[in-house]
Amino acid sequence: MALLTCKDVSFSYEGVPVLTDVTFSVESGDYLCIVGENGSGKSTLVKGLLHLKAPSGGTITTGEGLKHNEIGYLPQQTAAQKDFPASVYEVVLSGRQNRIHFPPFYTKEDKKDAIEKMELLDLLPLKKRCYRDLSGGQQQRVLLARALCATRKLLLLDEPVTGLDPVMTHEMYQLISRINREQKVTILMVSHDLKNVLPYATHILHLDQKQLFFGTAGEYRSSKVGKEFLGGVSHV
Amino acid sequence: MFRLFAEMLSYPFMQRALIVGILVSLCAALLGVSLVLKRYSMIGDGLSHVGFGALAIATALGWAPLAVTIPIVILAAFLLLRMSESSKIKGDAAIALISSSALAIGVITVSWSSGMNTDVNNYMFGSILAMSREDVVLSVVLSVLVLILFLVFYTRIFAVTFDETFAKATGVKAELYNMLLAFLTAVTIVLGMRMMGALLISSLLIFPALTAMRVCKTFRSVIICAAVLSVVCFLIGMGLSFVVSSPAGATVVVVNLAAFLIFTIIGQVKKQ
Repeated sequence: MALLTCKDVSFSYEGVPVLTDVTFSVESGDYLCIVGENGSGKSTLVKGLLHLKAPSGGTITTGEGLKHNEIGYLPQQTAAQKDFPASVYEVVLSGRQNRIHFPPFYTKEDKKDAIEKMELLDLLPLKKRCYRDLSGGQQQRVLLARALCATRKLLLLDEPVTGLDPVMTHEMYQLISRINREQKVTILMVSHDLKNVLPYATHILHLDQKQLFFGTAGEYRSSKVGKEFLGGVSHV
Repeated sequence: MFRLFAEMLSYPFMQRALIVGILVSLCAALLGVSLVLKRYSMIGDGLSHVGFGALAIATALGWAPLAVTIPIVILAAFLLLRMSESSKIKGDAAIALISSSALAIGVITVSWSSGMNTDVNNYMFGSILAMSREDVVLSVVLSVLVLILFLVFYTRIFAVTFDETFAKATGVKAELYNMLLAFLTAVTIVLGMRMMGALLISSLLIFPALTAMRVCKTFRSVIICAAVLSVVCFLIGMGLSFVVSSPAGATVVVVNLAAFLIFTIIGQVKKQ
């Protein structure tokens, strides 16, 4: 059984459909890139996968023992976070919220896991630094570490390189790819930047208020949709 | 210094004011950090005005002031929370609307029942004589409840304050914790309102948090620093008001302002 399956999924806001008939599945170890223009329904699909918005039709199921609250989510940053007084450690540790119940205190195991994830992403030297004093790339790495604390299996990344310079962007992609290969974590990434992501992705889901394409990256390159989109991108 | 406090404590009304004041300052500082970071500062202001209206009506009708005011303000807190979360109505405008309406109704009620005189002044700017013995008991019980709830749910409150979407995605019931925050804020405001005054109580929520954020770098240190600052500023303010016989609530606010300015300078110096 697949890690995550969407079957004929549709979403609507106040009765107006914004995304219809999305059908795809993600196997363990995949690297799926979700692409589309602004307003194509990418963000809506993300909300649906995280159970923040109920689909108006179809089903989203998780398999292989993945619970819907065990998806490691890397959201786009909000303005409020930019001046938030919190240490790197505090932010990373908060990724363990889905493991603790009542009373909601962190255990030794939670703290150990947070340290491990920080080590993995070279964040240990920044452990006590204030989140708001970090560079954009470092902040993204902190949020990535937090997302890894929340999951063992599936990362959902929403435009992870927004606002990063080309060097940092490259490093971020390398890092995500390394997590995918070495930690065997399945990746779902929403991106504008398909040209740079395509070398890493195994599968592509292309949306434009409906599903235009789902298949492997190789098939996408030779498909009509893919040629148009990639061609269009390279002209810009 | 010691003699000053010994002298203050010889008055029973002062004892009551200090006990309630310290507890309320503590609660307000803890909650204030989350409120400021979540951009909910205005809710505190709105709630204190609603509290004023409710208090005026309760007094006019001869009902127990705290027992009537607390549920009304809690209700208003949930309402204001809803409004600031819904994108359709502009949250800040809605708060301004509700708070000025409540203020107006309160003022009219007070002037009908006892004439516009010292009562309004006391409600608006506070009075340390306001607390009766029963009020003190209720205040102590409720503020200890606020403190316990805050400490137990500390990690959840951090998660919801830092990143509500992520918290929701990991299965934290963010709405529930927002409501908890609104509930605790409502209780704290009503408890502190009569001493600090409806117009000044929200400063007790906002100032310590902002002051602590000038200097502290982690959430935990901001919380601890705000709590200590709040109590220290309250005690200095009360001492000062006793010595120079100025209004207690206003003096506490001015001391908080001084602390804020000092910490801002320290923060700037540290940066360089």
